[in-house]
Amino acid sequence: MIPAKFEYIKASSVGEAIDLLEKHGFDAKIVSGGHSLIPAMKLRLATPEVLIDIRGIAEINTITEEGNELVVGANCTHHELTINPLVKEHVNVLAQAAKCIGDIQVRNRGTLGGSLAHADPASDYPATVLACDATIVVQGKSGSRTIAATDFFQGLFTTALGEDEIITAVRFPKVTKGTYQKFFQSASRFAVVGVAAVKDGDGVKIGVTGVAGVPYRATVAENAYDGGSSCAVHAVDGVDDIMSDHFADEEYRSHLAKVYVKRALEAL
Amino acid sequence: MNISITVNGKIHTHDIEPRVSLAQFLRENLDLTGTHIGCDTSGCGACTVTLDGAAVKSCTVLAVQADGGEITTIEGLANGDEMHPIQAAFKENHGLQCGFCTPGMVMTAVDILKNNPDPTETEIRHGLEGNFCRCTGYHNIVKSIQHAAEQMKG
Repeated sequence: MIPAKFEYIKASSVGEAIDLLEKHGFDAKIVSGGHSLIPAMKLRLATPEVLIDIRGIAEINTITEEGNELVVGANCTHHELTINPLVKEHVNVLAQAAKCIGDIQVRNRGTLGGSLAHADPASDYPATVLACDATIVVQGKSGSRTIAATDFFQGLFTTALGEDEIITAVRFPKVTKGTYQKFFQSASRFAVVGVAAVKDGDGVKIGVTGVAGVPYRATVAENAYDGGSSCAVHAVDGVDDIMSDHFADEEYRSHLAKVYVKRALEAL
Repeated sequence: MNISITVNGKIHTHDIEPRVSLAQFLRENLDLTGTHIGCDTSGCGACTVTLDGAAVKSCTVLAVQADGGEITTIEGLANGDEMHPIQAAFKENHGLQCGFCTPGMVMTAVDILKNNPDPTETEIRHGLEGNFCRCTGYHNIVKSIQHAAEQMKG
């Protein structure tokens, strides 16, 4: 399987990548790890005419502490997030989610920013960024802006990222305690259900991926939280786009969501 | 476009199309056919090589992305006539049946043991999640990696 022809350009800075994106518009795609895009190109589901490679841009490959937040560069690979001491200490739930992605080889290439921008409804990070109340930092021609995780995911493979924008970092408020619990699709390793739960004072924040077309915060369950796990019965309350496929139909997926929210709350 | 990649210690400069995968480049431009292409969809792991020390599925890396990088393939693992301890362990423990998946298994084992020199059996099995053996010969593959870990600890 060979992709359609394209032009390949290595960008050396975020500014250059944005200039290239503006110049080529819809014909261009950003690539870093490429572990969603390249398979799609080989199947010719994606046929960009220009590929802008941002993998070598060091300025978005850093993990730094800024006050009460951990700022994770978009270029960080899943593997880096599983081993980085700052991530393990301050946003351990992110390290846990990263460890659940694909396999060793995929984790060595795929990136945080790439996964978020791709917005596969079965990917692992959305649950975590939602539960952490993280903000996505993006940069475009008109400058830099931040997007709250709750506003970022808009539909299947659809985000609030503008056409001329790239994700540069994700800002995670430090987490005292968090957990990521996942029911793996046994062949693809994607999440049939993925639940991130994070302590928030006496309360809890719960992010759910894999269940609905758009990853969501299980707010009904959060509001019913009493320190135990009985509120897990509300895991899909108010969610109207529960996915159904040949791995898990709507009823089974809803059931799994409740089971995995319960497990997450019990693991907190 | 022109790329320069160090493969098994030797620099190779080639003019290739951007759409050529690293696996295809290794096999067709460099005749290094030890890197196998199984599924060609980043599922099976037969095409695993190391890029700058980390295991990657070379069917899902463009050769142009590896420009300037250092690749080790199964052909580059041995030290002359002396097999790498992981290769020797696969031979000793019969860590293969048909052998098609073996180069990928061995190259993934390099990554597993680099990051975790003393893995448990469970950690090895999880480490091999991205490598399929269609003969289902996993038991001896795991045993081989356990054996290699012991040998490499000295």
